[in-house]
Amino acid sequence: MNIQRFQRYSQPELSRAFDRLATLREETDSLFNTPFSPFFRTSGSFSTWSPAVDVHEDKDQFTVIAEVPGMKKEALNLTLQNGVLTISGEREREEKKPDQGFRSERFVGRFQRSITLPASVDPSGVKANYQDGLLKVVLPKSEEAKPKQIEVSVS
Amino acid sequence: MSTAQQEDLQQKEQQLSTESRPQSAQSRRFATPLVDIESTEDGYVLYAEMPGVSKDGIEVTVENGDLLIVGHRRPLEVSGEPIYRESRLYDFRRVYELDPSIDTSRVSARIENGLLIVNLPKAEKVKPRRIEVE
Repeated sequence: MNIQRFQRYSQPELSRAFDRLATLREETDSLFNTPFSPFFRTSGSFSTWSPAVDVHEDKDQFTVIAEVPGMKKEALNLTLQNGVLTISGEREREEKKPDQGFRSERFVGRFQRSITLPASVDPSGVKANYQDGLLKVVLPKSEEAKPKQIEVSVS
Repeated sequence: MSTAQQEDLQQKEQQLSTESRPQSAQSRRFATPLVDIESTEDGYVLYAEMPGVSKDGIEVTVENGDLLIVGHRRPLEVSGEPIYRESRLYDFRRVYELDPSIDTSRVSARIENGLLIVNLPKAEKVKPRRIEVE
């Protein structure tokens, strides 16, 4: 009888397993994104978190709300470029003594979400505020994007 | 199957689904908040993510050795129609069985930017204490 030495997974196999997990996650994400995938791009993959985002529209403005609880206001960044609103930020752990017992479900570290707005907005009128862990960004539509009624006189 | 039959079937299905889901408090849907728990010498600190919940929407209850945390969401006032939604508007709820060494009379809670922080201090008598030798 042969006695074989027990071996843990060697390194290449392990990393392949993680690769598979990462692709699985991306595929799952894409399932949920499908109808809106041209609007939304989640950057990064395994190491980042991705806060939930809602977008509302009325005739004058878009309102984007992101769920980012437990952040410092200073740690949130907003940029608007070519009609793409990017929300990014970084969250740190709350606990003071990490060597003690800890059970963690919350995500820490950097996140970034980019939202392509369906119509052009006026960058000078963008307002944002952070309350109860919700980041609310109001983006007024630019004049040419607002619906207009054109009266045509029939002669 | 004829259309009449199909309609009949649909009606029955609807009846069934409404009967099996009574609108009671028990069947209300809740979201489970993401929680970190830190264990310190003095006790535990619990951090629960509750975006959209203000101080008034928090309920922290200690009963029969269980800690119940509930967060009622107050949706932001937004004009217009949602064109994309990822958030869920369910209230948050989670129950923990407490370590018996926790002094339930000194449990305290606060909320900061949608993060509920619950302090669960241990009773004095269970804290490690160094005994001086005389």
